[in-house]
Amino acid sequence: MDILLTRVGVWFFVAVMAFAAMALGADQAYSVHMGIVCIAALIAMAASMNRFDFLTQKFPALSGAAVASRYDDEPIRWGAIATLFWGIAGFLVGLIIALQLAFPVLNFNLEFTTFGRLRPLHTSAVIFAFGGNALIATSFYVVQRTCRARLAFPGLARFVFWGYQLFIVLAATGYLMGVTEGKEYAEPEWYVDLWLTVVWVSYLAVFVGTIVKRKEPHIYVANWFYLSFIITVAMLHLVNNLSMPVSIFGSKSYSAFAGVQDALTQWWYGHNAVGFFLTAGFLAMMYYFVPKQAERPVYSYRLSIVHFWSLIFLYIWAGPHHLHYTALPDWAQTLGMVFSVVLWMPSWGGMINGLMTLNGAWDKIRTDPIIRMMVMALAFYGMSTFEGPMLSIKAVNSLSHYTDWTIGHVHSGALGWNGMITFACLYYLFPRLWNRERMYSLRMINWHFWLSTLGIVFYASAMWVSGIMQGLMWREYGADGYLVYSFAETVAAMFPMYLIRAFGGLLYLAGALVMVFNVWMTVAGKIRVEKPMTETPHNPEADRPYVAVPAE
Amino acid sequence: MAENKRIDAPTGTQTVGHEWDGIEELDTPMPRWWVFTFWVCILWGIGYVVLFPAIPLFNGATPGLWNWSSRGQLEQQMKAETLRRAPITNALSAIPVEELAGNEKLYQAAIEGGRAAFKVHCVQCHGSGAAGSKGYPNLNDDDWLWGGDLPAIHYTLTHGVRQPDHEETRFSQMPAFGGVLNGGEIDAVAAYVQTLSGKAKPSARSAVGATLFANNCASCHGTDGKGMREFGAPNLTDGIWLYGGDAASIKTTITKARYGVMPRWNNRLDPVTIKMLAAYVHSLGGGEATATPATATAPDPEKVATNVQP
Repeated sequence: MDILLTRVGVWFFVAVMAFAAMALGADQAYSVHMGIVCIAALIAMAASMNRFDFLTQKFPALSGAAVASRYDDEPIRWGAIATLFWGIAGFLVGLIIALQLAFPVLNFNLEFTTFGRLRPLHTSAVIFAFGGNALIATSFYVVQRTCRARLAFPGLARFVFWGYQLFIVLAATGYLMGVTEGKEYAEPEWYVDLWLTVVWVSYLAVFVGTIVKRKEPHIYVANWFYLSFIITVAMLHLVNNLSMPVSIFGSKSYSAFAGVQDALTQWWYGHNAVGFFLTAGFLAMMYYFVPKQAERPVYSYRLSIVHFWSLIFLYIWAGPHHLHYTALPDWAQTLGMVFSVVLWMPSWGGMINGLMTLNGAWDKIRTDPIIRMMVMALAFYGMSTFEGPMLSIKAVNSLSHYTDWTIGHVHSGALGWNGMITFACLYYLFPRLWNRERMYSLRMINWHFWLSTLGIVFYASAMWVSGIMQGLMWREYGADGYLVYSFAETVAAMFPMYLIRAFGGLLYLAGALVMVFNVWMTVAGKIRVEKPMTETPHNPEADRPYVAVPAE
Repeated sequence: MAENKRIDAPTGTQTVGHEWDGIEELDTPMPRWWVFTFWVCILWGIGYVVLFPAIPLFNGATPGLWNWSSRGQLEQQMKAETLRRAPITNALSAIPVEELAGNEKLYQAAIEGGRAAFKVHCVQCHGSGAAGSKGYPNLNDDDWLWGGDLPAIHYTLTHGVRQPDHEETRFSQMPAFGGVLNGGEIDAVAAYVQTLSGKAKPSARSAVGATLFANNCASCHGTDGKGMREFGAPNLTDGIWLYGGDAASIKTTITKARYGVMPRWNNRLDPVTIKMLAAYVHSLGGGEATATPATATAPDPEKVATNVQP
């Protein structure tokens, strides 16, 4: 009772403070954001009061034992839906900006819909909203199962979910209003950064708390990866966003670093956002869901140890390869390049462990569309973690840097690896979270697989051709030793590639929409009558936390 | 969980004995090729660190055995390229611009260099095909405001048009007739101007305009409307219009006048590049032959610079 009263009081206080900040706001975007925070705090306050009613009056008999014998899956259900929702939003904005590059008229001559504002909306929506929700939801799912314990701090876990959604809303609306720190993948301004810090530390507390109260003697490899992802992202976020606000009532702030130091800090952050968010975090998902779906033991315990520690140690140094041939001192460029190349095998360790886990179950690629997705995800992971070290070599980078090749590289990783593994995990999760026998339609999963795969092939190959062509045209010298092409001529030459890229994006979005329909029908409790492709057995008896039984 | 090692049937490999939510781990050794490639990468990395600048010290960093630096590499490449081009560059630097068109080999070399420089410095306004657009002259035709022989083009490039900080710039100032002539009179002048290029047939209104033109415009545009290059006054009898030849555009031009500017390049580009640009523009199709040496002296700067209309 006291705790609930305190909670209501705290939320009310936050709402009042946000309202005051809204009134005092120095710029419109700041006031709009404080208005959003105020509304969010009032909603949280109402939810707190409702929970009070719920527990003490409506279900007084709801005993601890009944709850304790089930995993805490409520925030995971929300997270699975949020992943899908933000995914569609992110893919759609991606398609729009791809079309804007081909047809600039689609900027609509409106500040809110210009490429410059929609582009960070796209990148943040797919990386942090789609990817982030997938990571939070699956980590809560996996850490409970592999620790045989319920989530520590269930209230805080819910706060993490909703707080993270508020972060996404503030970041997204900020981009549209032109609020930005101008740091790629770290665009949100100082107050949004502070909020994310609160949410992220809570996330760390829930995750570590659950590991601490585990009923298993060892910590499973997926949890090593999740933990490294959570801790490193916290560190990266804090350092890269060190900045001084102009006013606590205004959205503008200035970075604590200047010049090439700022650039290096930014790419130390930027590259490790790829390394720890999109690689380590998603490898964690892979390490649980691939063995589960394949029903096979993990290929090599030793490989997982060696590749985990080498990946963690090497990745953090690779950032300077984003600044080859710039004002960054040569020694730092050497550092970035050497560590990136040595990173090749540690990255591939994850792919080997994932693919070889299918030893003894290779036939499932034929029968199980989810396994098919996982295999394709690992194949793209392997491809882009080979391409990455290659692009970091200075000789290659001098051709590829600033061209569409980089965009192609990022998307073969993001669409192929992150997207595909997330879809596969969600297909695994939805029937289990909603207690359904299976997904509404396995054949639709297969459709999704092929739409996505074709989409990626169109996208990535178009960007490879476009990027290499662009790089070659930029450096094309005529017989007299003069440059042959103007910049505008390279842009004109890329137009057909832009169309193919947009078509690839359309296919990928179409696949995701098929998934939304499939998930919708699954949650609604329907099962499509179709020729089965395969069925994965599930034992609900074993899907429980360990509860100690007192000695008789 | 207690140690629970078993032999996995499909692979024949022993498990490690741990189990989480049904997931076990095999005790497969790391693939040899993986370990081998990893070591090769590490050794390569050590080698690279020894050869190239790598370890940061208090003052700078270890230079590496090959003593390579990105600035040094650039300097070397630029030096080699400058040396390679030196014969052409020196010859271009020495030759007076009036004689450039006469030296076929140098002229062609200058055109090639100008083509590249044009794509960097000029396409933003004149377009990548040099066809211009509204307010930016088309450089492919033979219609020139300030003259189309090599020295004239070279002068325009060097000193720019209407550069406020520069005495020698090309300068002309057509009066804005908005306060001088009334609406009807401006309509009449516009109607007359349109007859000059055959865009409209003579009419009662254009006849009124003809008188007004003779009194107000002919001093610069000439009695026949063919313009005067020494004033930068355009020829009104051709079909080429910088700001549009329809009635409305001509009326706007008469009412408000137009003062387009072009940067001067003598404070941004070296003399050889400017010469090359002049040759390239000259080569585009409308280049005129340099007048006979007797009159080939550059236009008197005083005269050009102070051509302010009354």
